[in-house]
Amino acid sequence: MAHTASEILEGLAEIVAEETGLPTDAVVAEKSFTDDLDIDSLSMMTIVTHAEDKFGVRIPDDEVKNLATVGDAVKYIEGAQA
Amino acid sequence: MTAAASRDVVVTGLGATTPLGGDVPSTWSAALAGESGARTMDNDWAEKYGIPVTFAATIKVKPEDVLPRPEIKRMDPSTQYAMIAAREAWQDAGAPEVDGERLGAVVSSGIGGIWTTLDGWDTLRERGARRVLPMTVPMLMPNSPVAYVSLEFGAQAGAHSLVSACASGAEAIGYGIDMIRAGRADVVVCGGTEATIHPMPIAAFAASRTLSLRNDDPAGASRPYDVDRDGFVIGEGAAVVVLESAEHAAARNARVYARLAGVGLSSDAYHITSPDPDGKGQVAAMRRALADADATGADVVHVNAHATSTKVGDLTETRSIRSLLGADADHVQLSATKSMTGHLLGGAGALETLFTVKAVHERLAPPTINVVNPDPELQVPLVRDTPSALPDGDVVAINNSFGFGGHNVALAVANA
Repeated sequence: MAHTASEILEGLAEIVAEETGLPTDAVVAEKSFTDDLDIDSLSMMTIVTHAEDKFGVRIPDDEVKNLATVGDAVKYIEGAQA
Repeated sequence: MTAAASRDVVVTGLGATTPLGGDVPSTWSAALAGESGARTMDNDWAEKYGIPVTFAATIKVKPEDVLPRPEIKRMDPSTQYAMIAAREAWQDAGAPEVDGERLGAVVSSGIGGIWTTLDGWDTLRERGARRVLPMTVPMLMPNSPVAYVSLEFGAQAGAHSLVSACASGAEAIGYGIDMIRAGRADVVVCGGTEATIHPMPIAAFAASRTLSLRNDDPAGASRPYDVDRDGFVIGEGAAVVVLESAEHAAARNARVYARLAGVGLSSDAYHITSPDPDGKGQVAAMRRALADADATGADVVHVNAHATSTKVGDLTETRSIRSLLGADADHVQLSATKSMTGHLLGGAGALETLFTVKAVHERLAPPTINVVNPDPELQVPLVRDTPSALPDGDVVAINNSFGFGGHNVALAVANA
C-alpha cells in the first residue's frame, strides 16, 4: 500500500534521527541534507538503504545526488511507490 | 632532570568497561572483592547451533545504556567499548590540553569488528548486495577503534593498531611508550578492546578445545592454577590508559598513578598456538622489560599473569617466571585476574596492565579466585581469594600478555 507524503516524511525523519542523533522534528521538508543536517555521503547512502527498505522503493545512485532536501527525498519516494 | 628521567613515561588516566563493571572504579572494586564476571548467556546458540558453551564473561554495562544512538549504529561493539573506556581515561587524566600534533592514539583489537563482518555477510546472503550498509567497511576494519579514538581527541601524532592476538592490548601500550620515548608524542591514549561473544568465534574456540565447558558453574569456570581448570572463559570489553611523558605530566601538575618503566617484546617462532614449553620467549620478554626499566629481579613484587586457565599455558608461564627470577620469585605476588574477568582477548593485555598500575598505585595485588586445589607444579606464590598488600618503597610489577602466534609482551610498571 502506498504511503502518503506525510507518512514518508515521518518515516524518513525517524531514519535520519537514528543515523544522526537529531530530533525527528528537526527533519523537515525544506532542510538540506548536507548544509542543514550535516549528513556526509556515507550517512546519506545509509539513509537511502534504510529508506528503500522501509518504503519498498528503489532509489538509484544517480538519483541520490538530486535529493538535496528532505522534501526532494519525500517527493521522489512518493513517486517511486507506484 | 636527568636524561633518563626526561624520557620517563607515566600513567595519568585510566578507563575501562568490562564484565565486572562499566568503569574503572566498579571494575576494580569488583576485582578486589573477588567477583566473577562470567554468566550464562541470554541466547539460544546452544540449541540453534549446537555450541557446547552456554556462558561467557559478557560486558556488565551495555553500550546502549551509555552511548548515543548514532554511535551505536555506526560503530562495531569493539569500537563502542573502546570509546567508553577512552572517554573515561581522558576525563580521569583531567582532559589534558595538548597540541593535536603531540597527541597519539594506539588502540588494538585481537580480532577486529567481527560482529559487523558477520552481520554484513548474513545480510548479503539473505537480502542481497543493496542491503549491505555503506558503513560496513569503516565499522569492521580492525583499526576502527583507534580511528574513532583519534577523531574523538584530535590525535594527530599517529593512530596505530598493533595486532598480536591476546597480546594486542599490551603491545598497544608498549608502542605508546615507545612513541613518547622517541619524541613523537607527549601524550598517548592507548589500550585494547574486544567484542567477540558471537556464536561463530565461540564455536571456533570450542572447536580448538580451548574453552572451559563448565556450563553448570560459570562463576567457577575460569580457575587459573587450580588442578581442575579446563580452559578459558571468553570475555569482552576494553581498557584504555593515558600515557604521558613525565615532563608533560609534571608541567600540568597531573595526578600520576605509576610509571610505565619497561617494555619487553619477543616472539616464540615455535608453534601457531602453543607456547614454547621451555618458555624461552616468555623469559626473554620479561628479561627485556626489566632491563628496559633498569630493574632487577630483586625489585619485582607482583606479576599479573597472562594465565588463561588452560592446562599447559598457566604452568609454562610460572616456570618462566621462576626460571628468570630464581629465588627472587619467592617475593613475587602472582595474580591471575582472568579468574574474575574472563579472557578479553585483544582487551586482556590492556585491562591487566591497568590492574597492574592500580596494584602498584594502591599497593594491593588483586586476588585469584576459584583456586580450590592449587596445581602442585605452580612455582610462584599466588594471591588467592582476597587482595594482598604490596610492600612500600620502590617496587616493580610486571604484566605478562601472550598471544596465539607466539607473541610475548611484558610491561614493567614502577611506582611514581
